[in-house]
Amino acid sequence: MEHVAAVPSWAMLAYLVAGVLFIVALRGLSSPATSRAGNRYGMAGMTIAVVTTLTTHGLASLPEIAGALLIGGGIGIVAARKIRMTDMPQLVAAFHSLVGLAAVLVGLAAYLNPGAFGITGLDNMIEPQSRAEMSLGIAIGAITFSGSVIAFLKLSGKMSGSPILLPGRHVLNLCTLLVILGLVGYFLLDQSPWVIVAITVLSFVIGFLLIIPIGGADMPVVVSMLNSYSGWAAAAMGFTLHNTAMVITGALVGSSGAILSYIMCKAMNRGFLSVIAGGFGADAGAGGDGAVREQRPWKRGSAEDAAFMMKEAENVIIIPGYGMAVSQAQHALREMGDQLKAHGVNVKYAIHPVAGRMPGHMNVLLAEANVPYDEVFELEDINGAFAQADVAFIIGANDVVNPAAKTDRSSPIYGMPVFDVDKAKTIFFIKRSMGGVGYAGVDNDIFYANQTMMLLADAKKMVEDIVKSLGH
Amino acid sequence: MDFISIFSIFVLACFVGYYVVWSVTPALHTPLMAVTNAISSVIVVGALVASAAEGSMSSKWLGLGAVVLASVNIFGGFAVTERMLAMYKKKEKK
Repeated sequence: MEHVAAVPSWAMLAYLVAGVLFIVALRGLSSPATSRAGNRYGMAGMTIAVVTTLTTHGLASLPEIAGALLIGGGIGIVAARKIRMTDMPQLVAAFHSLVGLAAVLVGLAAYLNPGAFGITGLDNMIEPQSRAEMSLGIAIGAITFSGSVIAFLKLSGKMSGSPILLPGRHVLNLCTLLVILGLVGYFLLDQSPWVIVAITVLSFVIGFLLIIPIGGADMPVVVSMLNSYSGWAAAAMGFTLHNTAMVITGALVGSSGAILSYIMCKAMNRGFLSVIAGGFGADAGAGGDGAVREQRPWKRGSAEDAAFMMKEAENVIIIPGYGMAVSQAQHALREMGDQLKAHGVNVKYAIHPVAGRMPGHMNVLLAEANVPYDEVFELEDINGAFAQADVAFIIGANDVVNPAAKTDRSSPIYGMPVFDVDKAKTIFFIKRSMGGVGYAGVDNDIFYANQTMMLLADAKKMVEDIVKSLGH
Repeated sequence: MDFISIFSIFVLACFVGYYVVWSVTPALHTPLMAVTNAISSVIVVGALVASAAEGSMSSKWLGLGAVVLASVNIFGGFAVTERMLAMYKKKEKK
């Protein structure tokens, strides 16, 4: 047998330590206070995993490997430094695609050189069990890659966010998935190159087909789901390599992404399957802004009105949404908050789980603008406070404050948990114009409520005007 | 290591992941995605094995390609997480 010598026990222990450090890294994220230490543990774990592998395998090809690490590391660091916080969802999607592609490459490398991975059986063929692990890893990796590329293009606006619906797509997708599974099964009997190539190609195709029908509003779920897939791909490769660090990490990342997808779906009251089936927001316009949509009276407010009312208020709750991110209004918003606090107003921020384009997106933007995290509240923690609020200030959010979710059974967003802004004494609603409606394409009764004043302008410009008026 | 041992580790790690991730505060969900992204690049281990092995040039080049991709993620993922986490501040005590 030309097997590479078995991995020494110290190396197995080192991989285990790396896996445990990754667990500790995620544990650190339970509070902002411990999170940075957690991130350091993660880095330590990764260093241990890489150094261990290099020591046991890689000294011969060190120059090439060092070159590869330098190129990749350089690109990564530059991207991480340059990226605007608003664009974080795209960056994460891009990173997911890289994990997916790396998994595909590793899987193919293992196929071409099974001896190096210690997965050759007695008959000099790849062991059937390793074939299963390897082909599943490649398939999941390829789906992660092409799916993430589409998510990246949609999130960065390089491709329209509206769903692309192919005729008969459910049948097509299901058939493709079944063919892939069939090929994985056949690969156990026959390890010819065409099988693995077909699995790879079809998986790229299905990743693409699965994500194109999903609309912009569902992107938080998609990004979380792809996060999960990248974990399962790493785990499958870990099985192939009998590597505990990879298996532990894959399981962690896989469950993390799955939980985030679940949280997002729940926050939209949508079933996971209906999100995956796609098409949300493609036809909802018919009910929302068709010809029957009546003109209802609404009140327009000015920056001065808002400044005056909020200065006199005792409690102000600010509800940011994706529109705030688009117009980069977070810094102006924090300034407004500071001015109000100087007037003795109690200012709080309320964040809906699906606000923005990825889980926690709004929190990062407010943190970037130096809003202290103990002024920022989650939906269930603040919803009771609207009854005591003098002003609810809505900036760039829409569906998450729509009372139709509570009352209108026919509404596409019915059942989604929303903020009870209608209980606040006064509502200011920043919106670009009265024309557009939220991503779900539904009209919002809050626009026309008695206590609502619409502030029609670019979010950043409007908040800056309010800050100016507050200064007087 | 036999399949059963590694599968046991996998199942237990899924449970650990389940409980650890539920305890992550929603305010840090974006950094959570960034850091899980970075650690899932532990797939670099497989890439390094392929790059270091003799016997197949194409396998070696695939491995090196995977090392580049994974290291973009490792360095980028940890750096961007660090950058985000540094922004989370408590209210200043007066």
